[in-house]
Amino acid sequence: MPADFLSNLYVFILAGFVGFELIKKVSPLLHTPLMSLTNALDAIVVVAAIIIAARQESPLSTVLGAIAVAASFSNMVGGFVITDRMLRMFKTGKPKKP
Amino acid sequence: MTPEVTQQLLDSAYIVATVLFILAIKWLSSPVSARRGVLAGEIAAALAVGATLCNPELVAYKWVIITLIIGAAVGVPLGMVHMTAVPQRTALSHAFGALSAALIGIAEYYVGVPQVTRFQMAEIGLEVIIGSLTFTGSLIAAGKLQEILPQRPIVYRGQNFVSLSVLSAALLLAIALVVNPANAVLFPIMVAVALVFGVLLVTPIGGADMPTVISLLNSYAGFSAALLGFVLNSKVLVVAGALDGSSGFILSVIMCKAMNRSFTNVMFGAFGQVQAGAAAAAEARTVRSASPEEAAGILAAASSVVIVPGYGMAVAQAQHKVRELYDALTKKGVDVRFGIHPVAGRMPGHMNVLLAEADIPYERLVEMEEINSDMPQTDVALIIGANDVTNPAARTDASSPIYGMPILDVDKAHTVMVIKRSMSPGFAGIDNPLYYMDKTLMLFGDAKNFVGAIVRELAGGHS
Repeated sequence: MPADFLSNLYVFILAGFVGFELIKKVSPLLHTPLMSLTNALDAIVVVAAIIIAARQESPLSTVLGAIAVAASFSNMVGGFVITDRMLRMFKTGKPKKP
Repeated sequence: MTPEVTQQLLDSAYIVATVLFILAIKWLSSPVSARRGVLAGEIAAALAVGATLCNPELVAYKWVIITLIIGAAVGVPLGMVHMTAVPQRTALSHAFGALSAALIGIAEYYVGVPQVTRFQMAEIGLEVIIGSLTFTGSLIAAGKLQEILPQRPIVYRGQNFVSLSVLSAALLLAIALVVNPANAVLFPIMVAVALVFGVLLVTPIGGADMPTVISLLNSYAGFSAALLGFVLNSKVLVVAGALDGSSGFILSVIMCKAMNRSFTNVMFGAFGQVQAGAAAAAEARTVRSASPEEAAGILAAASSVVIVPGYGMAVAQAQHKVRELYDALTKKGVDVRFGIHPVAGRMPGHMNVLLAEADIPYERLVEMEEINSDMPQTDVALIIGANDVTNPAARTDASSPIYGMPILDVDKAHTVMVIKRSMSPGFAGIDNPLYYMDKTLMLFGDAKNFVGAIVRELAGGHS
């Protein structure tokens, strides 16, 4: 088994546990924004797409990489925009406002 | 800068981004700190993308710049959709995420072949299969939510056998590729079969099961990104994918529990069949109905009201009228709260977002377990566009298809009012004994119009 695989597996398992503990604590109020935010974070695959598209190893890989850049970057931008829009709507009724 | 120093700087940027990802989710736990979480995520993304663009391995920027601009041009409008369209937008973003993960895996294969090792091939194969099936599955889900495709489950005889055969075919092709990674003919066939499986996976699932499906697809999209991290040996992808994958997984578990169903049952059960027997038995019974005027009188005389919204409220776009009702009753000194069932709507948290959009303070949005303990002391339970999640048969009738599902105990309130278009059964086609109880008043009409009429009565100074 390659050493890289093992170190990735460590990271994966630990991140999975951290994710599990953190996400359990997210209020059900915010489950929709949670899904859109994790989508935006997941769109970090755009960094891999950029590398594939910009290395230009073959015409095929460049085209596939370029489509992947557009798809994941639209997720990243759109995910952050909509999550912030949703969260701005969650207001408290407590007399904090002027 | 020497290449090593550059690489170390790149790695450091990714490590900082990873930490910020974790903080982003941590801060999302409460509405008070949630927007800070988005900011952390944005900084992380900017840092990671910025660092990647400085990577000296990159030789040609033209396509990267063009596609980044296209991505932003598509992403901003997708971020600005109306709140009622959030479920389909979310499904579409699962599709995009899975598509990019699959495409990168495919590109890696073709760049690497014939030097792809068996181990790499196993990683790529699994990653591409999950990415591909999530892509088409999410497109189908988005189509159903947008009502381009029929919302009801599409089922046929032998469906599960066909679906599982297709999945097995994809996995067998992947195994054949692991045995001989250079056999490039098989690769596109494997991708095509996985794409077909995604369609078969989601087509038979519909309507009330959408919250579970959308969470499961979220989880798959996340895990395909994590697997891509394995393929590319990129820890930042492994972490982001693991967070997204576990988030989707936890939400799926919550959704399944809220329906008292197992994953297998959601995936292979096709819930939406009309229960002919139950519907037939219902015909003879009578219901009491009431006018907006009567409803307004009862609500104004109450001291505590629990409003239970469901998908029908979203369809009728009634959330702003509901806010007016909330304001009118609050002004009269009535304590108004909202009882939110975890699977109300078409995705996790759907009702909360719609009610928050209508400016209802979030402390008024109460989870099922909490509101249920107050239900016996509640004067009026007003149900707007919800059905199965209020069905007492889930507690009492062991022969009911929803028996055992946790419900909002609205039948324990002193008076129950149900706004409904007609007596036709809900999505799952299951009759609701709640409607025939003596203390239940049926308010027949469109949710938006009826709530508007109640608000006018309340403002008119009646009662």
